[in-house]
Amino acid sequence: MDWGFIFERSFSAMIGPEVVVYALAAVGLNVHFGYTGLMNFGQVGFMAAGAYGVGVSVFWLGWNFWVGIIFAFVYAGVLALLLGLPTLRLRADYLALVTIAASETIRLLARSRVMRPITGGVEGVNQFAGPFYDLSPFELGEFYSFGPFKYLGRDVWVLMVGWTLLILITLMVRQLMRSPWGRTLRAIREDEDAARALGKNSYFYKMQSLMLGGMIGAVAGVIQVIQKASVQADTFNPVITFTIWTILIIGGPGRVWSPIIGSSIYWTLIVFIENTLRQLPPDLRSTLEDTVQLSDFNIAMLRFILVGLGLMLLARFRPQGIFGSREEMALDSR
Amino acid sequence: MPKSRWTVRLALGLALGAGFGLVGGAGQSAALVEAVQEDLGVIGTLQYTDATGAKVFIEGVELSIDDVGGDTTDKDGNFRIPVSSPGEYSITLNTATLPDGVTLKDPSRANLVVKVSENADQRIIFPLVTGDTVAATSESKFSVRRVSQLTLEGLKLGLYLAMASIGLSLIFGTTGLVNFAHAELITWGTLMAYFFNIYGLVGTFGFLAGWPAPFGAGVNFIIATALAAVMGGVLGYGLNRVVFRPSRNAGVSLLAQMVMTIGLAIFLRYVFVYFFGSRYRVYKDYAAQRANSFLGMELTSRDATAMVVSIIILIAVGIGLGRTRTGRAMRAVSDNRDLAESSGINVERVIAQVWIFGGALAALSGTFFGFDTVKWDIGARILLLIFAAVTLGGLGTSYGALVGALMVGIAINWSTLIIDTELKNMTALVMLILALLLRPQGILGQKQRIG
Repeated sequence: MDWGFIFERSFSAMIGPEVVVYALAAVGLNVHFGYTGLMNFGQVGFMAAGAYGVGVSVFWLGWNFWVGIIFAFVYAGVLALLLGLPTLRLRADYLALVTIAASETIRLLARSRVMRPITGGVEGVNQFAGPFYDLSPFELGEFYSFGPFKYLGRDVWVLMVGWTLLILITLMVRQLMRSPWGRTLRAIREDEDAARALGKNSYFYKMQSLMLGGMIGAVAGVIQVIQKASVQADTFNPVITFTIWTILIIGGPGRVWSPIIGSSIYWTLIVFIENTLRQLPPDLRSTLEDTVQLSDFNIAMLRFILVGLGLMLLARFRPQGIFGSREEMALDSR
Repeated sequence: MPKSRWTVRLALGLALGAGFGLVGGAGQSAALVEAVQEDLGVIGTLQYTDATGAKVFIEGVELSIDDVGGDTTDKDGNFRIPVSSPGEYSITLNTATLPDGVTLKDPSRANLVVKVSENADQRIIFPLVTGDTVAATSESKFSVRRVSQLTLEGLKLGLYLAMASIGLSLIFGTTGLVNFAHAELITWGTLMAYFFNIYGLVGTFGFLAGWPAPFGAGVNFIIATALAAVMGGVLGYGLNRVVFRPSRNAGVSLLAQMVMTIGLAIFLRYVFVYFFGSRYRVYKDYAAQRANSFLGMELTSRDATAMVVSIIILIAVGIGLGRTRTGRAMRAVSDNRDLAESSGINVERVIAQVWIFGGALAALSGTFFGFDTVKWDIGARILLLIFAAVTLGGLGTSYGALVGALMVGIAINWSTLIIDTELKNMTALVMLILALLLRPQGILGQKQRIG
């Protein structure tokens, strides 16, 4: 087994592009769930909105790439508005039902034959991120090493922009949550009736929270498709939403830095496990393949089995997260 | 050559479909897929739709696989080319043997690559068209025939959905929990039916496969369905006993439990794909049938039987909930848990019964959903429809799921009159959102449920 290779991969995964994308999506979800107590089970739908917002406006409308990015945020905000209107007055589980249904519908719509001229159907949209990479100060095709980390030049550029955005947005969320507005959100999370009794229009606050978190989710989607340089409908599978949930709960909902910590832990673990399994000695590997069907495909599926198991166990035994405190705990409050 | 299983079908027809005209034609339906491990093949049915919208089966077309063999379609348009081992084969249709005026929809696709998997014949489709088809599509979209056909399909979907949804609604009613893992109970039913149908009770362990049925070799699909329903009940009971009852007792909040159901759903879904694979498969029995015409509508005897079974079961459920002691206890707990408990009902016992009962019904619906193809995520694909059905009917109401499911089933099929078939499931989302906007408590729900 090549432990050097495994550790190189695991280290690179610790701050890699996936960490940025999932942490951003989790920051959005943290605004929804961690601070406001909204059960958004469709965060991937907002990521898809961001991704297609850029992809479609460049590919189909022929707009400038940068205008497309602005359009993506507007689109995600409008989507949040549409999903919030019927559900935010109702009990928490209705928002969960509608958001999971909507995110899946967005995916099906995007990959459908009818929408193919607009969204590219199953093949998706490619080659629209050129203007972003044109600005790169790094050689796109070359490898760069920083200590234990090693990335392609294009990824270094994505990482630089991505981490800057991630930290700025996290700081912005922190300031917002310290403001009167953020305190109102937390009051709604703790006791909506009490917040209403104090004259706060909880419906509007929840709507603003849903839109803000959705737009942050869209940033995640935009960075993801820029990094992959293509928009593919099937990458926006509902299981992504629950990977984000797992990440948020690992870090602890309702805490400023938890999305970043959770995302980093999650991706390091997953990359380590997958690479270790792939690098097993051949005879052990074939024994495992015969007994527990550990094929390459199944190693990839193992990730989601672990996500499911992890989410279940975390929600049951440690809903405040590994580092979270019981005081900032949306899952307990109702 | 395929053997006809018409005796079995006839027995099924007599037992369940007496008086239901459609089942009469069961005996003459197309031959079935024979799927024995040692006996693999590429199968298919050549057919086209003529100007009147009727299906025409083509006889005497030659198909071949290089180095393996060939076949000529019989009078029902069926062909089957046996192959010796799983793998990829290139199958060619001899276009010169097609009747005049009939051509391949895509002329460049007379040669297709087909992947034969271990357990079943691989069905392959050569889409055919005739010059007359243009006339057929110009028939009004809203013709009586088409609308009635869609209504029938909608009814079918609605009946299956109703069975699938009742458990979700009752579990919500008794425990307040929206079970996002309900779709996996459906998939579980599909996979169990497939498993029993192909391998029998223990045949999955290779060394036992040689045992006689019902232990090895696979059992008849009807028995497999019953076994799948039992296994659904077992899974439902197990989930409640191992996961949710301890959580309730430990005072885990409902929202945390909801997140747990999501984790459970993902866990189960990917355990299924881990062991079952992402490949599509088909049951050994009743995989493909030719539709029978009935008052201008088309329905296979398989679907007709399944619909009759669904209706019988739903009526039984209705009577059971309304008349039996257990059913009344379930409704009592749904209506007011505390009141039920203080009047001497053992609430935990009722909740266990609801899980067993809901799991069994979901699994049974899963066996029916799996008729066309058996997939590892078959339940997750219809999750949206189930949510729409229970919300529309009223989350937590006993009969609401039934009403909602029928409405969703029919509305979805009707929507294909206007929108593309591929997008029909979107109708469910629209219905879900409209229901929440206009009547969030659902059609049969009471206002205070929403609180």
